[in-house]
Amino acid sequence: MLLLLGVVVLALIPLFTVKPAHEGEEIFGGADGHAESAITEIRPDYQPWFTPLWEPPSGEIESLLFGLQAALGAGAIAYCLGYYRGRRGAAKPADAALG
Amino acid sequence: MHIMEGYLPVGHAVGWSLASAPFLVWGIRKLTKQLREQPESRLVLGASGGFAFALSALKLPSVTGSCSHPTGVGLGAILFGPATMCVLGFVVLLFQALLLAHGGLTTIGANTFSMAIVGSFVAYGLYRGGATLRLPTNLSVFLAAALGDLATYTVTSFQLALAFPDPVNGFAGSAVKFLGVFAVTQIPLAISEGLLTVLVLNLLRSHAGEQITALVPALKGVSKWSSTTCCSCLA
Repeated sequence: MLLLLGVVVLALIPLFTVKPAHEGEEIFGGADGHAESAITEIRPDYQPWFTPLWEPPSGEIESLLFGLQAALGAGAIAYCLGYYRGRRGAAKPADAALG
Repeated sequence: MHIMEGYLPVGHAVGWSLASAPFLVWGIRKLTKQLREQPESRLVLGASGGFAFALSALKLPSVTGSCSHPTGVGLGAILFGPATMCVLGFVVLLFQALLLAHGGLTTIGANTFSMAIVGSFVAYGLYRGGATLRLPTNLSVFLAAALGDLATYTVTSFQLALAFPDPVNGFAGSAVKFLGVFAVTQIPLAISEGLLTVLVLNLLRSHAGEQITALVPALKGVSKWSSTTCCSCLA
């Protein structure tokens, strides 16, 4: 529990401590976007020579796919944990009845 | 956050792909051998892949005012070794490049190198080093996962600095700039990744202890309380 609390606190601190440098400036954009502007600063003439084959048509679809990715991953972990927990319970029915 | 599609010059894109390819071939051979010799490890392998999948999808805010995400490769690297984890990391990157326009196909070589290869090797090396020094298991796991994550983004910064040296200060000037974007942002996220890796590994150890011990004998037995207290101090 303490470990999870640590993660939550680490994610919450920036939300409260970081303020936009100018009024109305968007914060918490992606670090890759910041890298993009750094590249443009160093090489203003650089043009990306390849574009993604397919892009999520909207922010909603993108968040759907990110959500799906997280859910699939968490599902795989939960399946594995549940499988072994259940198997151990089945092997020792007395423990299962108690627990 | 990975290098965006089209943002590495052709030569660099090809070079990093060539550098990553042998690790993937090696990893695929290790992975098939693993599944042939210990078929019962496939569920734990699925969980390790799932961990990388889930963590890569979590874009977290950081103290620099931008967002990035952890990598999740440390867990699998500790359990299955760095070669096998190279393959799983590559699969995650491919998924994100094809379906999320995150990272990219032309930059997948460079991103595989930083996340799947360097991240896995650093995590595995630190875990083994910690075990040799007889550090508490949870501390070794935490350091391995956190510093593996940080190493990934340090490499990303160097890759970009190599491709885009500063006109005045050259490679070093650019490296400082990109490290500021990626590595500094990553510090709190790396700590989170370390904590989550300790958490999930301990869950696996307490529920699937036999399978975990079969993979890494040193991970036998869980000292639950010492783990939580030790790592909350670190956080």
